[in-house]
Amino acid sequence: MNHSVLCYLEDTVKKYPNKIALTDATGDITFAQWRNMGLCLAEEIRRKNHKRAIPVFVYLPKSAMSLVAFVGVLYSGNYYTPTDVKFPFEKAKSIINALEPQVIITNRECAKKLMDGGIPSDNMIFVEDVDMTRGNLDSSLYLDTIIDTDLAYVLFTSGSTGVPKGVSIAQRSIMDYIDWAIHEFQIDETTIIGNQAPFYFDNSILDIYLCMSTGAHLHIIPEMYYAFPVKLLNYIVEQKINFIFWVPSALIGVANSGLLETIDCSCLKKILFCGEVMPNKHLNIWRKFVRAEVYANLYGPTEITDVCAYYVVNREFEDDEPLPIGKACKNTQIMLLDDQDNLITTKDAMGELCVRGTGNSVGYYRNPEKTMQAFVQNPLHNNYQELIYRTGDLAHYNEYGEIMFDGRKDYQIKHMGYRIELGEIETAILGIEGVQNACCIYNENVSEIVAVCKASENLTEMEIRKKLVNILPKYMIPTRYYLMEQLPLNDNGKINRKELKKHIMEDA
Amino acid sequence: MSEIMEILSELRPECDFRSSTNFMEDGLLDSFDVVALVDAFERAYAIKIDALDILPEHFISIDAMVQLIKKSGGAI
Repeated sequence: MNHSVLCYLEDTVKKYPNKIALTDATGDITFAQWRNMGLCLAEEIRRKNHKRAIPVFVYLPKSAMSLVAFVGVLYSGNYYTPTDVKFPFEKAKSIINALEPQVIITNRECAKKLMDGGIPSDNMIFVEDVDMTRGNLDSSLYLDTIIDTDLAYVLFTSGSTGVPKGVSIAQRSIMDYIDWAIHEFQIDETTIIGNQAPFYFDNSILDIYLCMSTGAHLHIIPEMYYAFPVKLLNYIVEQKINFIFWVPSALIGVANSGLLETIDCSCLKKILFCGEVMPNKHLNIWRKFVRAEVYANLYGPTEITDVCAYYVVNREFEDDEPLPIGKACKNTQIMLLDDQDNLITTKDAMGELCVRGTGNSVGYYRNPEKTMQAFVQNPLHNNYQELIYRTGDLAHYNEYGEIMFDGRKDYQIKHMGYRIELGEIETAILGIEGVQNACCIYNENVSEIVAVCKASENLTEMEIRKKLVNILPKYMIPTRYYLMEQLPLNDNGKINRKELKKHIMEDA
Repeated sequence: MSEIMEILSELRPECDFRSSTNFMEDGLLDSFDVVALVDAFERAYAIKIDALDILPEHFISIDAMVQLIKKSGGAI
Protein backbone atom coordinates (compact mmCIF):
# COMPACT_ATOMS: atom_id res chain seq x y z
CA MET A 1 0.00 0.00 0.00
CA ASN A 2 1.34 3.38 -0.94
CA HIS A 3 1.14 5.64 2.08
CA SER A 4 3.86 8.11 1.08
CA VAL A 5 5.36 9.51 -2.12
CA LEU A 6 8.54 7.80 -0.94
CA CYS A 7 6.94 4.39 -1.61
CA TYR A 8 7.17 5.39 -5.28
CA LEU A 9 10.87 6.11 -4.92
CA GLU A 10 11.48 2.80 -3.12
CA ASP A 11 9.76 0.90 -5.95
CA THR A 12 11.69 2.75 -8.62
CA VAL A 13 15.00 2.12 -6.85
CA LYS A 14 14.21 -1.61 -6.79
CA LYS A 15 13.51 -1.61 -10.51
CA TYR A 16 16.19 0.77 -11.77
CA PRO A 17 18.82 1.31 -9.05
CA ASN A 18 21.59 2.33 -11.42
CA LYS A 19 19.58 4.26 -13.95
CA ILE A 20 20.26 7.99 -14.02
CA ALA A 21 17.49 9.85 -12.21
CA LEU A 22 18.72 13.44 -12.14
CA THR A 23 21.08 15.47 -14.28
CA ASP A 24 22.12 19.02 -13.52
CA ALA A 25 25.01 21.24 -14.59
CA THR A 26 27.35 19.39 -12.22
CA GLY A 27 26.55 15.79 -13.19
CA ASP A 28 24.27 12.79 -12.75
CA ILE A 29 22.65 11.03 -9.79
CA THR A 30 21.15 7.53 -10.04
CA PHE A 31 17.91 6.48 -8.36
CA ALA A 32 19.82 4.47 -5.73
CA GLN A 33 22.07 7.45 -5.02
CA TRP A 34 19.09 9.78 -4.77
CA ARG A 35 17.51 7.51 -2.16
CA ASN A 36 20.69 6.83 -0.22
CA MET A 37 21.79 10.46 -0.15
CA GLY A 38 18.30 11.38 1.02
CA LEU A 39 18.48 8.82 3.81
CA CYS A 40 21.89 10.10 4.94
CA LEU A 41 20.43 13.58 5.08
CA ALA A 42 17.33 12.32 6.92
CA GLU A 43 19.59 10.93 9.64
CA GLU A 44 21.27 14.30 9.96
CA ILE A 45 17.89 16.09 10.14
CA ARG A 46 16.77 13.72 12.91
CA ARG A 47 20.04 14.35 14.74
CA LYS A 48 19.45 18.06 14.55
CA ASN A 49 15.83 17.77 15.66
CA HIS A 50 14.29 14.45 16.62
CA LYS A 51 10.70 15.67 16.30
CA ARG A 52 8.46 14.66 13.41
CA ALA A 53 6.20 16.78 11.21
CA ILE A 54 8.32 19.88 11.55
CA PRO A 55 8.92 22.50 8.83
CA VAL A 56 12.29 22.33 7.07
CA PHE A 57 13.45 25.21 4.93
CA VAL A 58 15.57 24.25 1.92
CA TYR A 59 17.84 27.10 0.91
CA LEU A 60 19.97 25.78 -1.94
CA PRO A 61 20.62 26.80 -5.54
CA LYS A 62 18.38 24.93 -7.98
CA SER A 63 20.18 21.62 -8.47
CA ALA A 64 19.95 17.85 -8.01
CA MET A 65 21.08 18.50 -4.43
CA SER A 66 17.81 20.40 -3.81
CA LEU A 67 15.93 17.26 -4.79
CA VAL A 68 18.13 15.15 -2.51
CA ALA A 69 17.21 17.60 0.24
CA PHE A 70 13.47 17.23 -0.49
CA VAL A 71 13.74 13.44 -0.28
CA GLY A 72 15.82 13.72 2.90
CA VAL A 73 13.18 15.91 4.52
CA LEU A 74 10.41 13.50 3.52
CA TYR A 75 12.28 10.45 4.86
CA SER A 76 12.83 12.27 8.13
CA GLY A 77 9.04 12.50 8.46
CA ASN A 78 8.94 16.25 7.90
CA TYR A 79 7.90 18.67 5.19
CA TYR A 80 9.91 21.09 3.08
CA THR A 81 9.67 24.62 1.79
CA PRO A 82 12.11 25.75 -0.88
CA THR A 83 12.78 29.25 -2.14
CA ASP A 84 15.09 30.82 -4.70
CA VAL A 85 18.47 31.79 -3.25
CA LYS A 86 18.66 34.56 -5.85
CA PHE A 87 15.64 36.33 -4.38
CA PRO A 88 16.36 39.36 -2.19
CA PHE A 89 16.95 38.39 1.43
CA GLU A 90 13.71 40.15 2.40
CA LYS A 91 11.69 37.58 0.45
CA ALA A 92 13.46 34.65 2.15
CA LYS A 93 12.97 36.37 5.48
CA SER A 94 9.23 36.80 4.97
CA ILE A 95 8.95 33.06 4.25
CA ILE A 96 11.10 32.17 7.26
CA ASN A 97 8.91 34.38 9.44
CA ALA A 98 5.76 32.69 8.20
CA LEU A 99 7.16 29.14 8.32
CA GLU A 100 9.37 29.30 11.41
CA PRO A 101 11.50 26.39 10.18
CA GLN A 102 13.03 24.11 12.82
CA VAL A 103 15.79 23.02 10.46
CA ILE A 104 17.36 24.81 7.49
CA ILE A 105 19.15 22.80 4.82
CA THR A 106 21.63 24.95 2.96
CA ASN A 107 25.27 25.18 1.92
CA ARG A 108 27.96 27.41 3.38
CA GLU A 109 27.81 29.95 0.59
CA CYS A 110 24.04 30.44 0.66
CA ALA A 111 23.95 30.36 4.45
CA LYS A 112 26.10 33.49 4.52
CA LYS A 113 23.22 35.51 3.07
CA LEU A 114 20.89 34.22 5.79
CA MET A 115 23.37 34.76 8.59
CA ASP A 116 24.19 38.28 7.38
CA GLY A 117 20.46 38.95 7.65
CA GLY A 118 20.40 37.79 11.24
CA ILE A 119 19.11 34.21 10.85
CA PRO A 120 20.86 32.08 13.51
CA SER A 121 22.98 29.20 12.22
CA ASP A 122 22.36 26.69 15.02
CA ASN A 123 19.57 24.85 13.20
CA MET A 124 21.28 24.87 9.81
CA ILE A 125 22.59 21.75 8.08
CA PHE A 126 25.31 22.38 5.50
CA VAL A 127 25.03 19.77 2.77
CA GLU A 128 28.77 19.73 2.11
CA ASP A 129 29.37 18.60 5.71
CA VAL A 130 27.02 15.60 5.48
CA ASP A 131 28.55 12.25 4.48
CA MET A 132 26.19 11.10 1.75
CA THR A 133 28.33 8.26 0.41
CA ARG A 134 26.91 5.45 2.53
CA GLY A 135 24.74 2.98 0.62
CA ASN A 136 22.00 0.42 1.25
CA LEU A 137 20.53 2.19 4.23
CA ASP A 138 17.37 0.84 5.79
CA SER A 139 14.41 3.08 5.12
CA SER A 140 11.70 1.07 6.85
CA LEU A 141 12.04 2.79 10.20
CA TYR A 142 11.41 6.12 8.55
CA LEU A 143 8.76 4.98 6.11
CA ASP A 144 6.60 3.11 8.61
CA THR A 145 5.81 6.28 10.51
CA ILE A 146 4.66 8.30 7.50
CA ILE A 147 0.98 8.37 6.55
CA ASP A 148 -0.52 9.93 3.47
CA THR A 149 -2.19 12.80 5.31
CA ASP A 150 1.24 14.01 6.50
CA LEU A 151 2.37 17.18 4.80
CA ALA A 152 4.95 16.86 2.04
CA TYR A 153 5.62 20.51 1.33
CA VAL A 154 4.49 24.08 1.91
CA LEU A 155 4.85 26.38 -1.08
CA PHE A 156 4.51 30.10 -0.56
CA THR A 157 2.59 32.28 -2.97
CA SER A 158 2.14 36.02 -3.21
CA GLY A 159 -0.21 37.52 -0.61
CA SER A 160 -1.93 40.86 -1.14
CA THR A 161 -0.79 42.34 2.17
CA GLY A 162 2.83 41.47 1.50
CA VAL A 163 2.73 38.46 3.82
CA PRO A 164 3.18 35.31 1.70
CA LYS A 165 0.61 32.52 1.96
CA GLY A 166 1.96 29.00 2.57
CA VAL A 167 -0.03 26.41 0.67
CA SER A 168 0.23 23.14 2.63
CA ILE A 169 0.11 19.97 0.55
CA ALA A 170 -0.23 16.46 1.95
CA GLN A 171 1.53 13.40 0.52
CA ARG A 172 -1.71 11.89 -0.76
CA SER A 173 -2.36 14.96 -2.92
CA ILE A 174 0.92 14.48 -4.77
CA MET A 175 0.21 10.76 -5.19
CA ASP A 176 -3.24 11.51 -6.58
CA TYR A 177 -1.80 14.03 -9.04
CA ILE A 178 1.03 11.79 -10.17
CA ASP A 179 -1.16 8.70 -10.58
CA TRP A 180 -3.38 10.69 -12.89
CA ALA A 181 -0.48 12.14 -14.90
CA ILE A 182 1.33 8.80 -15.36
CA HIS A 183 -1.80 7.24 -16.75
CA GLU A 184 -3.02 10.18 -18.80
CA PHE A 185 0.31 10.93 -20.48
CA GLN A 186 1.76 7.41 -20.40
CA ILE A 187 4.94 8.25 -18.58
CA ASP A 188 7.49 5.49 -18.03
CA GLU A 189 11.22 4.87 -17.65
CA THR A 190 11.83 5.86 -21.28
CA THR A 191 10.56 9.39 -20.61
CA ILE A 192 13.24 12.09 -20.58
CA ILE A 193 12.00 15.22 -18.87
CA GLY A 194 13.39 18.71 -19.51
CA ASN A 195 12.61 20.69 -16.38
CA GLN A 196 11.99 24.42 -16.55
CA ALA A 197 9.94 25.19 -13.44
CA PRO A 198 11.79 26.50 -10.40
CA PHE A 199 11.41 24.17 -7.40
CA TYR A 200 9.56 26.80 -5.35
CA PHE A 201 6.96 26.86 -8.13
CA ASP A 202 4.42 24.02 -8.09
CA ASN A 203 4.78 23.17 -11.78
CA SER A 204 7.99 21.41 -10.71
CA ILE A 205 5.97 18.88 -8.68
CA LEU A 206 5.02 17.06 -11.86
CA ASP A 207 8.62 16.87 -13.14
CA ILE A 208 10.08 15.76 -9.81
CA TYR A 209 7.51 13.16 -8.85
CA LEU A 210 6.99 11.73 -12.34
CA CYS A 211 10.71 11.03 -12.40
CA MET A 212 10.62 9.56 -8.90
CA SER A 213 7.66 7.27 -9.55
CA THR A 214 8.36 5.98 -13.06
CA GLY A 215 12.14 5.89 -13.45
CA ALA A 216 12.04 8.71 -16.00
CA HIS A 217 15.21 10.79 -16.38
CA LEU A 218 14.93 14.38 -15.15
CA HIS A 219 17.18 17.02 -16.67
CA ILE A 220 17.40 20.19 -14.62
CA ILE A 221 18.09 22.53 -17.53
CA PRO A 222 20.29 25.47 -16.44
CA GLU A 223 18.03 28.46 -15.84
CA MET A 224 20.25 30.71 -17.99
CA TYR A 225 19.46 28.64 -21.10
CA TYR A 226 15.94 30.03 -21.12
CA ALA A 227 17.40 33.39 -22.18
CA PHE A 228 19.41 31.80 -24.99
CA PRO A 229 17.03 29.82 -27.21
CA VAL A 230 19.81 28.31 -29.36
CA LYS A 231 21.45 26.82 -26.30
CA LEU A 232 18.12 25.65 -24.95
CA LEU A 233 17.03 23.86 -28.11
CA ASN A 234 20.45 22.34 -28.68
CA TYR A 235 20.35 20.96 -25.15
CA ILE A 236 16.95 19.39 -25.82
CA VAL A 237 18.19 17.80 -29.04
CA GLU A 238 21.49 16.57 -27.55
CA GLN A 239 19.83 15.06 -24.49
CA LYS A 240 16.95 13.63 -26.54
CA ILE A 241 14.40 15.21 -24.23
CA ASN A 242 10.94 13.91 -25.10
CA PHE A 243 8.72 15.46 -22.42
CA ILE A 244 8.46 19.05 -21.28
CA PHE A 245 6.06 20.76 -18.90
CA TRP A 246 6.82 24.44 -19.16
CA VAL A 247 5.27 27.74 -18.33
CA PRO A 248 3.84 29.34 -21.51
CA SER A 249 6.33 32.26 -21.30
CA ALA A 250 9.17 29.81 -21.95
CA LEU A 251 7.36 28.27 -24.93
CA ILE A 252 6.47 31.73 -26.28
CA GLY A 253 10.12 32.82 -26.11
CA VAL A 254 11.16 29.82 -28.19
CA ALA A 255 8.31 30.31 -30.68
CA ASN A 256 9.25 33.97 -31.13
CA SER A 257 12.91 33.13 -31.73
CA GLY A 258 12.02 31.53 -35.06
CA LEU A 259 14.44 28.70 -34.28
CA LEU A 260 11.87 25.91 -34.35
CA GLU A 261 12.03 26.20 -38.13
CA THR A 262 15.75 25.51 -38.27
CA ILE A 263 16.50 23.33 -35.24
CA ASP A 264 14.86 19.91 -35.50
CA CYS A 265 13.13 19.28 -32.18
CA SER A 266 11.23 16.20 -33.29
CA CYS A 267 12.58 14.36 -30.23
CA LEU A 268 9.91 16.22 -28.23
CA LYS A 269 6.87 13.95 -28.05
CA LYS A 270 4.85 15.40 -25.20
CA ILE A 271 4.57 19.13 -24.69
CA LEU A 272 2.55 20.29 -21.69
CA PHE A 273 2.11 23.76 -20.29
CA CYS A 274 0.53 25.37 -17.28
CA GLY A 275 0.78 28.50 -15.20
CA GLU A 276 -0.80 31.13 -17.40
CA VAL A 277 -2.78 31.50 -20.60
CA MET A 278 -1.06 29.94 -23.60
CA PRO A 279 -1.81 32.01 -26.71
CA ASN A 280 -2.73 29.97 -29.79
CA LYS A 281 -0.62 32.32 -31.86
CA HIS A 282 2.53 30.83 -30.33
CA LEU A 283 1.15 27.34 -29.88
CA ASN A 284 0.41 27.25 -33.62
CA ILE A 285 4.08 27.96 -34.34
CA TRP A 286 5.02 25.01 -32.15
CA ARG A 287 2.41 22.75 -33.72
CA LYS A 288 3.57 23.69 -37.21
CA PHE A 289 7.22 22.81 -36.64
CA VAL A 290 7.14 20.19 -33.89
CA ARG A 291 4.73 17.36 -34.59
CA ALA A 292 4.51 16.15 -31.01
CA GLU A 293 2.15 13.33 -30.04
CA VAL A 294 0.58 15.41 -27.29
CA TYR A 295 0.12 19.10 -26.69
CA ALA A 296 -1.79 19.66 -23.48
CA ASN A 297 -2.96 22.77 -21.68
CA LEU A 298 -3.04 22.19 -17.92
CA TYR A 299 -4.71 24.45 -15.40
CA GLY A 300 -4.71 24.80 -11.66
CA PRO A 301 -3.65 26.86 -8.68
CA THR A 302 -1.07 25.74 -6.09
CA GLU A 303 -3.94 25.09 -3.66
CA ILE A 304 -5.13 21.99 -5.52
CA THR A 305 -1.63 20.55 -6.13
CA ASP A 306 -0.71 22.23 -9.37
CA VAL A 307 -3.29 20.88 -11.80
CA CYS A 308 -7.03 20.18 -11.62
CA ALA A 309 -8.08 20.53 -15.26
CA TYR A 310 -6.52 19.73 -18.61
CA TYR A 311 -7.15 19.93 -22.29
CA VAL A 312 -5.33 17.74 -24.77
CA VAL A 313 -5.21 19.81 -27.95
CA ASN A 314 -7.29 17.86 -30.46
CA ARG A 315 -8.32 20.36 -33.13
CA GLU A 316 -7.10 23.39 -35.04
CA PHE A 317 -7.33 26.86 -33.52
CA GLU A 318 -7.09 30.30 -35.08
CA ASP A 319 -4.31 32.49 -33.69
CA ASP A 320 -6.77 34.72 -31.86
CA GLU A 321 -8.94 31.95 -30.41
CA PRO A 322 -8.60 31.08 -26.73
CA LEU A 323 -7.48 27.58 -25.74
CA PRO A 324 -9.83 25.63 -23.44
CA ILE A 325 -8.67 24.41 -20.04
CA GLY A 326 -10.82 21.38 -20.78
CA LYS A 327 -12.13 19.11 -18.09
CA ALA A 328 -11.32 17.98 -14.58
CA CYS A 329 -8.50 15.50 -13.95
CA LYS A 330 -9.56 12.07 -12.75
CA ASN A 331 -10.59 11.93 -9.08
CA THR A 332 -11.25 15.68 -9.11
CA GLN A 333 -14.46 17.57 -9.62
CA ILE A 334 -14.67 21.09 -10.94
CA MET A 335 -17.78 23.07 -10.14
CA LEU A 336 -18.62 26.41 -11.68
CA LEU A 337 -20.68 28.34 -9.14
CA ASP A 338 -22.68 31.46 -9.92
CA ASP A 339 -23.09 34.50 -7.63
CA GLN A 340 -25.71 32.64 -5.59
CA ASP A 341 -23.53 29.52 -5.37
CA ASN A 342 -25.74 27.59 -7.77
CA LEU A 343 -24.04 24.99 -9.93
CA ILE A 344 -23.70 26.10 -13.54
CA THR A 345 -24.32 23.34 -16.07
CA THR A 346 -25.31 25.30 -19.16
CA LYS A 347 -22.94 26.71 -21.71
CA ASP A 348 -21.70 30.32 -21.70
CA ALA A 349 -22.80 31.17 -18.14
CA MET A 350 -19.79 32.46 -16.21
CA GLY A 351 -19.06 31.40 -12.64
CA GLU A 352 -16.29 30.90 -10.12
CA LEU A 353 -14.24 27.79 -10.66
CA CYS A 354 -14.29 25.67 -7.50
CA VAL A 355 -12.57 22.37 -6.88
CA ARG A 356 -13.21 19.30 -4.77
CA GLY A 357 -10.91 16.33 -4.45
CA THR A 358 -7.89 14.71 -2.83
CA GLY A 359 -5.65 17.23 -4.56
CA ASN A 360 -6.99 20.06 -2.40
CA SER A 361 -4.53 21.62 0.01
CA VAL A 362 -5.23 21.22 3.70
CA GLY A 363 -5.06 25.01 4.00
CA TYR A 364 -2.74 27.98 4.36
CA TYR A 365 0.09 27.43 6.78
CA ARG A 366 -0.63 28.92 10.20
CA ASN A 367 -3.31 31.09 8.66
CA PRO A 368 -6.78 29.83 9.65
CA GLU A 369 -8.42 33.09 8.61
CA LYS A 370 -7.28 32.94 4.98
CA THR A 371 -7.91 29.18 4.96
CA MET A 372 -11.53 29.67 5.98
CA GLN A 373 -12.06 32.22 3.22
CA ALA A 374 -10.82 30.00 0.41
CA PHE A 375 -11.58 26.48 1.65
CA VAL A 376 -15.29 26.38 2.38
CA GLN A 377 -18.09 23.89 2.88
CA ASN A 378 -19.45 22.65 -0.43
CA PRO A 379 -22.43 25.01 -0.84
CA LEU A 380 -24.38 22.33 -2.73
CA HIS A 381 -25.04 20.33 0.43
CA ASN A 382 -24.86 20.49 4.18
CA ASN A 383 -24.96 16.79 5.06
CA TYR A 384 -21.36 16.30 6.18
CA GLN A 385 -18.17 18.29 6.11
CA GLU A 386 -16.74 18.57 2.64
CA LEU A 387 -14.41 21.43 1.86
CA ILE A 388 -14.03 22.80 -1.63
CA TYR A 389 -11.44 25.30 -2.80
CA ARG A 390 -12.66 28.54 -4.33
CA THR A 391 -10.03 29.54 -6.87
CA GLY A 392 -11.19 33.11 -7.49
CA ASP A 393 -10.90 32.31 -11.21
CA LEU A 394 -13.87 32.82 -13.52
CA ALA A 395 -14.79 30.29 -16.20
CA HIS A 396 -17.59 29.03 -18.43
CA TYR A 397 -18.42 25.98 -20.56
CA ASN A 398 -18.12 26.27 -24.34
CA GLU A 399 -20.19 24.50 -26.97
CA TYR A 400 -18.11 21.32 -26.57
CA GLY A 401 -18.68 21.25 -22.80
CA GLU A 402 -15.05 22.28 -22.25
CA ILE A 403 -14.15 24.72 -19.51
CA MET A 404 -12.89 28.08 -20.73
CA PHE A 405 -10.85 30.36 -18.44
CA ASP A 406 -12.18 33.93 -18.18
CA GLY A 407 -9.78 35.71 -15.82
CA ARG A 408 -9.71 36.66 -12.16
CA LYS A 409 -12.27 38.02 -9.73
CA ASP A 410 -9.63 40.10 -7.94
CA TYR A 411 -6.25 41.77 -8.46
CA GLN A 412 -4.21 38.66 -8.82
CA ILE A 413 -2.28 38.39 -12.07
CA LYS A 414 -0.15 35.86 -13.89
CA HIS A 415 3.06 37.34 -15.15
CA MET A 416 5.70 35.15 -16.80
CA GLY A 417 3.94 32.22 -15.19
CA TYR A 418 4.21 33.65 -11.70
CA ARG A 419 1.17 34.24 -9.61
CA ILE A 420 1.32 37.74 -8.24
CA GLU A 421 -0.99 39.82 -6.08
CA LEU A 422 -0.67 43.39 -7.34
CA GLY A 423 -1.40 44.36 -3.75
CA GLU A 424 1.89 42.81 -2.63
CA ILE A 425 3.83 45.06 -5.01
CA GLU A 426 1.79 48.06 -3.90
CA THR A 427 2.54 47.24 -0.27
CA ALA A 428 6.25 47.12 -1.09
CA ILE A 429 6.15 50.46 -2.93
CA LEU A 430 4.16 52.10 -0.15
CA GLY A 431 6.85 50.98 2.25
CA ILE A 432 9.43 53.16 0.50
CA GLU A 433 10.09 56.42 2.29
CA GLY A 434 8.65 59.35 0.37
CA VAL A 435 5.94 57.35 -1.41
CA GLN A 436 2.48 58.59 -0.48
CA ASN A 437 0.28 56.44 -2.64
CA ALA A 438 0.75 53.69 -5.19
CA CYS A 439 -1.24 51.58 -7.56
CA CYS A 440 -0.09 48.75 -9.79
CA ILE A 441 -1.74 47.90 -13.07
CA TYR A 442 -1.09 44.97 -15.33
CA ASN A 443 -0.99 45.66 -19.04
CA GLU A 444 -1.83 42.27 -20.55
CA ASN A 445 -1.23 43.50 -24.10
CA VAL A 446 2.50 43.89 -23.55
CA SER A 447 2.80 41.78 -20.36
CA GLU A 448 4.05 44.66 -18.25
CA ILE A 449 3.51 45.53 -14.61
CA VAL A 450 3.10 49.29 -14.35
CA ALA A 451 3.49 51.22 -11.11
CA VAL A 452 1.75 54.55 -10.68
CA CYS A 453 2.98 56.45 -7.64
CA LYS A 454 2.43 59.65 -5.80
CA ALA A 455 5.70 60.55 -4.15
CA SER A 456 7.59 63.42 -2.57
CA GLU A 457 9.32 65.68 -5.07
CA ASN A 458 12.83 64.41 -4.68
CA LEU A 459 12.00 60.74 -5.28
CA THR A 460 12.67 59.58 -8.84
CA GLU A 461 11.31 56.55 -10.70
CA MET A 462 14.78 55.06 -10.75
CA GLU A 463 15.09 55.36 -6.97
CA ILE A 464 11.79 53.55 -6.46
CA ARG A 465 12.98 50.76 -8.70
CA LYS A 466 16.31 50.57 -6.95
CA LYS A 467 14.59 50.18 -3.59
CA LEU A 468 12.24 47.51 -4.92
CA VAL A 469 15.00 45.21 -6.15
CA ASN A 470 16.00 44.75 -2.53
CA ILE A 471 12.51 43.75 -1.46
CA LEU A 472 10.85 41.88 -4.29
CA PRO A 473 11.88 39.03 -6.59
CA LYS A 474 12.69 40.18 -10.08
CA TYR A 475 9.50 38.89 -11.68
CA MET A 476 7.51 41.23 -9.41
CA ILE A 477 9.44 44.41 -10.22
CA PRO A 478 7.32 46.78 -12.34
CA THR A 479 8.66 47.49 -15.82
CA ARG A 480 7.27 51.01 -16.08
CA TYR A 481 6.81 53.78 -13.54
CA TYR A 482 4.66 56.86 -13.59
CA LEU A 483 4.84 59.59 -10.99
CA MET A 484 1.59 61.51 -10.59
CA GLU A 485 0.71 64.44 -8.40
CA GLN A 486 -2.61 62.84 -7.58
CA LEU A 487 -3.95 59.38 -8.28
CA PRO A 488 -7.44 59.43 -9.83
CA LEU A 489 -10.12 58.39 -7.34
CA ASN A 490 -13.57 56.97 -7.90
CA ASP A 491 -16.77 58.01 -6.14
CA ASN A 492 -15.99 55.86 -3.13
CA GLY A 493 -12.68 57.61 -2.70
CA LYS A 494 -10.76 54.54 -3.82
CA ILE A 495 -8.07 54.62 -6.47
CA ASN A 496 -9.79 54.49 -9.83
CA ARG A 497 -8.02 51.48 -11.28
CA LYS A 498 -10.21 51.36 -14.36
CA GLU A 499 -9.30 54.87 -15.39
CA LEU A 500 -5.61 54.35 -14.65
CA LYS A 501 -5.63 51.15 -16.64
CA LYS A 502 -7.27 52.89 -19.60
CA HIS A 503 -4.58 55.61 -19.57
CA ILE A 504 -1.80 53.08 -19.31
CA MET A 505 -3.10 50.90 -22.11
CA GLU A 506 -3.43 53.95 -24.35
CA ASP A 507 0.00 55.21 -23.41
CA ALA A 508 1.65 51.88 -24.25
CA MET B 1 27.69 53.39 -25.67
CA SER B 2 26.18 55.72 -23.11
CA GLU B 3 22.73 54.71 -24.27
CA ILE B 4 23.52 51.05 -23.54
CA MET B 5 24.82 52.01 -20.12
CA GLU B 6 21.59 53.89 -19.53
CA ILE B 7 19.51 50.85 -20.50
CA LEU B 8 21.63 48.65 -18.23
CA SER B 9 21.40 50.89 -15.22
CA GLU B 10 17.67 51.24 -15.69
CA LEU B 11 17.41 47.47 -15.74
CA ARG B 12 19.70 46.80 -12.80
CA PRO B 13 20.13 50.10 -10.92
CA GLU B 14 21.85 48.30 -8.07
CA CYS B 15 24.70 46.94 -10.21
CA ASP B 16 28.04 48.55 -10.97
CA PHE B 17 28.63 47.58 -14.59
CA ARG B 18 31.75 49.74 -14.90
CA SER B 19 33.82 47.61 -12.59
CA SER B 20 32.92 44.30 -14.23
CA THR B 21 34.76 42.70 -17.12
CA ASN B 22 32.22 39.93 -17.62
CA PHE B 23 28.61 40.72 -16.76
CA MET B 24 27.50 37.10 -17.13
CA GLU B 25 30.22 35.50 -15.03
CA ASP B 26 30.02 38.20 -12.40
CA GLY B 27 26.31 37.47 -12.07
CA LEU B 28 25.20 41.00 -12.96
CA LEU B 29 22.76 39.71 -15.56
CA ASP B 30 20.46 36.73 -15.32
CA SER B 31 18.08 35.20 -17.84
CA PHE B 32 15.31 37.68 -17.01
CA ASP B 33 17.71 40.53 -17.76
CA VAL B 34 18.91 39.09 -21.05
CA VAL B 35 15.34 38.74 -22.30
CA ALA B 36 14.59 42.32 -21.20
CA LEU B 37 17.81 43.60 -22.81
CA VAL B 38 17.06 42.03 -26.16
CA ASP B 39 13.67 43.70 -26.04
CA ALA B 40 15.14 47.06 -24.99
CA PHE B 41 17.83 46.98 -27.73
CA GLU B 42 15.28 46.10 -30.38
CA ARG B 43 13.12 49.04 -29.32
CA ALA B 44 15.92 51.56 -28.83
CA TYR B 45 17.73 50.81 -32.11
CA ALA B 46 14.72 49.72 -34.18
CA ILE B 47 16.38 46.40 -34.96
CA LYS B 48 15.51 42.71 -34.87
CA ILE B 49 18.17 40.64 -33.17
CA ASP B 50 18.52 37.22 -34.79
CA ALA B 51 17.81 34.46 -32.24
CA LEU B 52 21.02 32.75 -33.38
CA ASP B 53 22.93 35.76 -32.04
CA ILE B 54 21.32 35.64 -28.62
CA LEU B 55 24.27 33.95 -26.96
CA PRO B 56 25.97 34.61 -23.63
CA GLU B 57 29.14 35.95 -25.27
CA HIS B 58 27.19 38.88 -26.72
CA PHE B 59 26.13 40.06 -23.29
CA ILE B 60 29.37 39.92 -21.31
CA SER B 61 30.37 43.57 -21.80
CA ILE B 62 29.29 46.88 -23.29
CA ASP B 63 31.66 46.27 -26.22
CA ALA B 64 30.08 42.90 -26.92
CA MET B 65 26.64 44.49 -26.85
CA VAL B 66 27.77 47.22 -29.28
CA GLN B 67 28.98 44.51 -31.65
CA LEU B 68 25.68 42.68 -31.34
CA ILE B 69 23.66 45.81 -32.10
CA LYS B 70 25.90 46.65 -35.08
CA LYS B 71 25.65 43.09 -36.37
CA SER B 72 21.88 43.38 -36.15
CA GLY B 73 21.96 46.51 -38.31
CA GLY B 74 21.68 49.13 -35.58
CA ALA B 75 23.28 52.55 -35.94
CA ILE B 76 25.53 52.96 -32.92
